[in-house]
Amino acid sequence: MTPRNFTRRVLLSAASLAMTFSALSLAQAQDIKKGGTLVIGTTQAPRHLNGAVQSGLATALPSTQLFASPLRFDDKWNPQPYLAESWKLADDGKSLTLHLRHDAVFHDGKPITSEDVAFSIMAIKANHPFTTMMAPVERVETPDPYTAIIRMSTPHPAIILAMSPALCPILPKHIYGDGKDLKTNARNSENVVGSGPFKLVEFKAGQRIVMEKFDKFFLPGKPYLDKLIFTISTDEQSLLLGLERGDIQMLPYAAGSVNLRRLKVNPNINLTDKGYEGIGSINWLAFNLERKPLSDVQVRKAIATAIDKNFITKALMGGFAMPVDGPIVPSSPFAVTDLVKYPFDLKKANEMLDAAGYKPGVDGSRFKLTIDYIPGGDEQQKNVAEYLRSQLKKVGIAVDVRASADFPTWAKRIASHDFDMTMDTVFNWGDPVIGVARTYLSTNIKPIIWTNTQSYNNPKVDELLNQAGQLLDPVKRRAYYATFEKIVTDDVPIVFINGAPYQTATTKKVGNVPVTIWGPASPLDEVYLK
Amino acid sequence: MNVLRFIAGRLLQAFLLIAAVVVLNFALVHAAPGDPVETIAGASGGMTEELKAELRQSYGLDQPLAVQLGVYLGRVARLDLGYSYYFNLPVSGLIAERVPATLLLVLCSVLWAFLAGTALGVLSARKPNGWLSQTITVLSMVGFAAPVFWSGMMLVILFASVFPIFPVSDMRAVDSSGGGGWRDVIDVAHHLVLPSITLGLVYLAQYSRLARASMLEVLSSDFIRTARAKGLAERVVLYKHALRNAVLPVITVLGLQFGNVMAGAILVETVFNWPGLRRLAFEAVLRRDYPTVLGVLLFASVVVLVMNQLTDLAYRLVDPRIKAR
Repeated sequence: MTPRNFTRRVLLSAASLAMTFSALSLAQAQDIKKGGTLVIGTTQAPRHLNGAVQSGLATALPSTQLFASPLRFDDKWNPQPYLAESWKLADDGKSLTLHLRHDAVFHDGKPITSEDVAFSIMAIKANHPFTTMMAPVERVETPDPYTAIIRMSTPHPAIILAMSPALCPILPKHIYGDGKDLKTNARNSENVVGSGPFKLVEFKAGQRIVMEKFDKFFLPGKPYLDKLIFTISTDEQSLLLGLERGDIQMLPYAAGSVNLRRLKVNPNINLTDKGYEGIGSINWLAFNLERKPLSDVQVRKAIATAIDKNFITKALMGGFAMPVDGPIVPSSPFAVTDLVKYPFDLKKANEMLDAAGYKPGVDGSRFKLTIDYIPGGDEQQKNVAEYLRSQLKKVGIAVDVRASADFPTWAKRIASHDFDMTMDTVFNWGDPVIGVARTYLSTNIKPIIWTNTQSYNNPKVDELLNQAGQLLDPVKRRAYYATFEKIVTDDVPIVFINGAPYQTATTKKVGNVPVTIWGPASPLDEVYLK
Repeated sequence: MNVLRFIAGRLLQAFLLIAAVVVLNFALVHAAPGDPVETIAGASGGMTEELKAELRQSYGLDQPLAVQLGVYLGRVARLDLGYSYYFNLPVSGLIAERVPATLLLVLCSVLWAFLAGTALGVLSARKPNGWLSQTITVLSMVGFAAPVFWSGMMLVILFASVFPIFPVSDMRAVDSSGGGGWRDVIDVAHHLVLPSITLGLVYLAQYSRLARASMLEVLSSDFIRTARAKGLAERVVLYKHALRNAVLPVITVLGLQFGNVMAGAILVETVFNWPGLRRLAFEAVLRRDYPTVLGVLLFASVVVLVMNQLTDLAYRLVDPRIKAR
């Protein structure tokens, strides 16, 4: 898809008539059976079900079923009408006008008006962890019940993507507008009222979520399913067994080559890796630039040269993961191929370290480093860290792999910048403004996990990122990001290794598996059981 | 009056013990690196400093530990276990939701282990050097030594793929919302088979050895010799005279162990995805969800204490030889 085309789609208001339906809807040709219960297995226990005040996949999965959003996206990054039947980003890029459907109601029967939209957007701005998403939003005007105008202080093209189901659930103002703190509102987990295709029946924290079809859902004839059940288990094996036995019909975010291979050979299971473009997950090696000798770019380049990404993705990850060379995932419209790359070459890596003046000592090692990793996902994290240790030994760098007992232990270390190198998995979240900039902006060097914990500081990169976020012309915007990508891959604060091999596994009975850019974290109103 | 004074003394002891347990747990839980805000930030895919500070403040984590402990003790004294940081739900509710599952699992496991263990112990005591006795001894050694999660996983593999007769995960069929009718009871019983076998195995080994030893001891006592001398059938001697006396120590151990069985359930609950207290506690530790961890630990220690006190009290009432100290 050309960027020009992408822009036009974003900028022009899409009339319902000219709707290009996603590939999903083309499946209409076949008969769609209605009814039935879809059981979805997940290892992620959501804190609650309100995606307006809680980010992350765990909450996005149920939240996108319960709450509708202004827009949704197809599998080619094109915005589609959802609660808004048309929309327009002003020429100056500082206001987005949403024209809402007139027939949408909440699960309690009350109509959805621009008041609810205004309330929700300001609530997200105030509470959602992704602050950059709504940062420029100043206020939301409501000239009539079905028109909402989002006013922004600066041009902010990312606002379109921020209207996605996973990022912008529209809450009923008459329930959440009681002045209580939204983050701890009891209605986030019990008696949740939204306007999505499914309504809540039962939520047992850490165990299961049961939803049933909402009869008055505003898209006629949808959803196709009668019931959705999310069964939560920390043990992926038991979910896998459930899928093989047919107790579970869908397993989103399946990863791990052993599991994927097992599912691949099973004739009753379908696997797809589509639907993960939006989250854009990258597995990478991050350096702490405050520490010597990692502050030396030549050392970082040498380490990057000593890493064989092909071996990692093919041998360690069973060929299910793809190498990634830049900060923006290849499936993003902003990705470019013109990057500074580091072809695997041990001899060259050794020469680079020699040239940089790091002579091997008596024990044959030039210097010592530690490497951390996120505990839990061995294949993406621990195994790669172990591989890096053996690999860097070949170029005279002694590496000590530091294990963390559990996630909080690791997070504490990284957040307090107490590390040399660490493996990490970080999401793009669709628009670089939301998920990419946070890692590289020098203004975001903070004692917090998933900020710029590398202490990377390049004024040129700051300038590019800050300006690109305000550029309305997508061609120009893409050019800015292209320059940014080139600089970052040249500075190597991070060695990008691979895209996470997420797949959605379903039994053969499931039709219309969600493959839009947000995949399973979007409304499942078109999924059916054959 | 003696009994009353005894009970009052015991109550005071129990109270102090619980307080000590709370303080110790509090110290242990807070000693682990990282904190709940870090975990919540992790689950959120990032968070601003302001938001984190706000969270820490609302949980009172910005206060010195001693102050936090004081606040928590004050709450516990008012029987308020507070709110889970992670789920933002009352801890008492989370516990109440999960007690039945754990209790059911533990009771079933202990019951079948007790019955089968006693039977095996008696069988092997009849001919202490026979092949049957040897086999039982070896098997019980294996059962005792095998790690719970291993035996659990073996059962899962066996029954999930080879003989798919029993469900291997959860307490109910995935699309069942409970309800407690007959169908629900059958469903739960069906799901209960494997986890309770797994958890029971460990205790089975203990009980069978205990039953065997105690049976052998009873069989060598005078009154058995008298019974045999009277010409009673071996069956009557064994089951009417000996077993009654031999089973007492097993019951004692069972009562005292009840609390420990609760602790043993954690791995089983994890392997079989059983929605019980232990899993809640384990996952809460991983999330540094202090109130939930402390709440579950407190609840478990109260259960152990109450069980022990009841055992003691029953002894005093039954056996006048035990004097109040």
